[in-house]
Amino acid sequence: MRFSAWQVLKEGLTGNKGWKPHWRSPEPQSEYDIIIIGGGGHGLSTAYHLAAKYTDKRIAVLEKGYIGGGNVGRNTTIVRANYFLKGNSEFYSHSLKLWERMEKDLNYNAMHSQRGILNLFHSDGQRDAAARRGNMMVNQGDDAILLDREGVRDILPYLDYDNIRFPVYGALYHKRGGTARHDAVAWGYARGADQRGVDIIQNCEVTGIDIENGVVKGVQTSKGPIKAKKVGMVVAGRSSQVAAMAGMQVPIESTVLQAFVTEGLKPVLDNVVTFGMGHFYISQSDKGGLVFGGDIDMYASYAQRGNLPTTEHVIDAAMTLMPMIGKAKLLRSWGGIMDMSPDGSPVIDKTHVEGLYLNCGWNYGGFKAVPASGDCFAHLIAKDEPHPVAEKFRLDRFRTGHGIMDEEGTGSQHNTH
Amino acid sequence: MRIKCPLCGERDRREFYYKGAAIDLARPAPDAGDVAWDDYIHNRENPAGRTKDLWQHEMGCSAWLVVERNTVTHEIYGVELAENVKRGMK
Ligand SMILES: Cc1cc2nc3c(=O)[nH]c(=O)nc-3n(C[C@H](O)[C@H](O)[C@H](O)COP(=O)(O)OP(=O)(O)OC[C@H]3O[C@@H](n4cnc5c(N)ncnc54)[C@H](O)[C@@H]3O)c2cc1C
Ligand SMILES: [Zn+2]
Repeated sequence: MRFSAWQVLKEGLTGNKGWKPHWRSPEPQSEYDIIIIGGGGHGLSTAYHLAAKYTDKRIAVLEKGYIGGGNVGRNTTIVRANYFLKGNSEFYSHSLKLWERMEKDLNYNAMHSQRGILNLFHSDGQRDAAARRGNMMVNQGDDAILLDREGVRDILPYLDYDNIRFPVYGALYHKRGGTARHDAVAWGYARGADQRGVDIIQNCEVTGIDIENGVVKGVQTSKGPIKAKKVGMVVAGRSSQVAAMAGMQVPIESTVLQAFVTEGLKPVLDNVVTFGMGHFYISQSDKGGLVFGGDIDMYASYAQRGNLPTTEHVIDAAMTLMPMIGKAKLLRSWGGIMDMSPDGSPVIDKTHVEGLYLNCGWNYGGFKAVPASGDCFAHLIAKDEPHPVAEKFRLDRFRTGHGIMDEEGTGSQHNTH
Repeated sequence: MRIKCPLCGERDRREFYYKGAAIDLARPAPDAGDVAWDDYIHNRENPAGRTKDLWQHEMGCSAWLVVERNTVTHEIYGVELAENVKRGMK
């Protein structure tokens, strides 16, 4: 079924009885050409791109829970292309271009909204860094404008500009940045993949990876063994457990990232705003809730909930920057498990096992990467060579030291990003 | 989460700095080679369950601690002075 204005009208007039499930729920076949482990944003986008662009082989996505239950349905949905280093910068630039045509490609309303992101700065040093980053973004072909304090005030009149400790000096304004409806992105890719013949199998946990003489042969699952010629691992916070099934130890530490949403309010916040002096970023959802978050909880954890110290820090930062937020009631908070890499950048690479591929290390920023990660991982799996915009996402960069991508300049070690 | 420092008693998590997996205590020899150093600095077991990691009682006695805890439930099983653990490793 194609979605259109006509379809919405017709269904509205006939009691909405004609809508069908957006994808099938098949039982797994005994064998596929390609198996993708993990039905998060990255896994579904990989399957979609494989089927839409690279191959007509038989493909399955195996998801241990339900579609949208992982980080893809838990994040604060910020989409941007404002990276600094070669490697990241061309990749996220590619991803933003894919975002800009995603809804047409998928015939699906992902509510992608390019409402603009303002990264605030609060000192001369931060202004210099923002100018430098802006120049890199423009060099990459993306957009950036350096705003002074009055320029920011025109757009965001409600900030505390004269905060004694952290006055607002200006902002780097990235107009093509914005937000999207996270579940819709998962559902859209799931539907798009399904329409192209991909089997999406929910409640199917991979429990083992079969390898013979260094070649992948298939997987063991809670629904029985399934053979495959190629297997892609793309399970975000669970990367260490799945990679261990292939005898690998990966450079990942899993931590919790929390997010918060207030009760629904009338429109007050038109853009995405980030604080430069504490971890805090915020936008307003189309339902009216103020959606915001901060830093990770800063220690290894698989508990999909947060701890109070980080909550306190986030709320402190919110009140410092945006005192008006104190009047809103907090409705919910939750957490997701992040696959943190030592340098804060991801891995899309082959492994030491033939036919087994690895996609991980998205840290707290993998939602914006969903389209390009899927495109690039699909390219790697189908052609056995990296996509040109992802060739720097190598696993061996940590061992060799060549091509480390430490955007924050805090060092390539766990616990530094 | 509250951590029981062997020297100061049970304290709020805010007083502690988290360093990472207790693998940090098993530093390879300088010439051990790139594979050993890659494992030491980057590659992690990262278990979902029981683990041991290094914390510092930064805002207390500043001792380094090995905390044995559960990464799924956040239950803490035991805390030892890193100095003692290191001595036991030799
Ligand atoms: C609170 C929060 C805020 C965030 N904010 C942003 C943001 O503003 N912008 C941004 O770009 N990014 C953000 N992120 C990061 C982003 O959400 C993640 O990097 C990204 O979603 C991870 O990729 P994924 O969608 O494939 O992960 P997931 O949706 O977690 O998918 C992984 C899937 O693998 C499945 N799986 C695991 N083990 C197995 C197994 N053995 N067998 C089968 N399946 C398995 C899991 O069930 C899961 O569904 C945020 C994350 C969180 C938690
Ligand atoms: Zn102490």
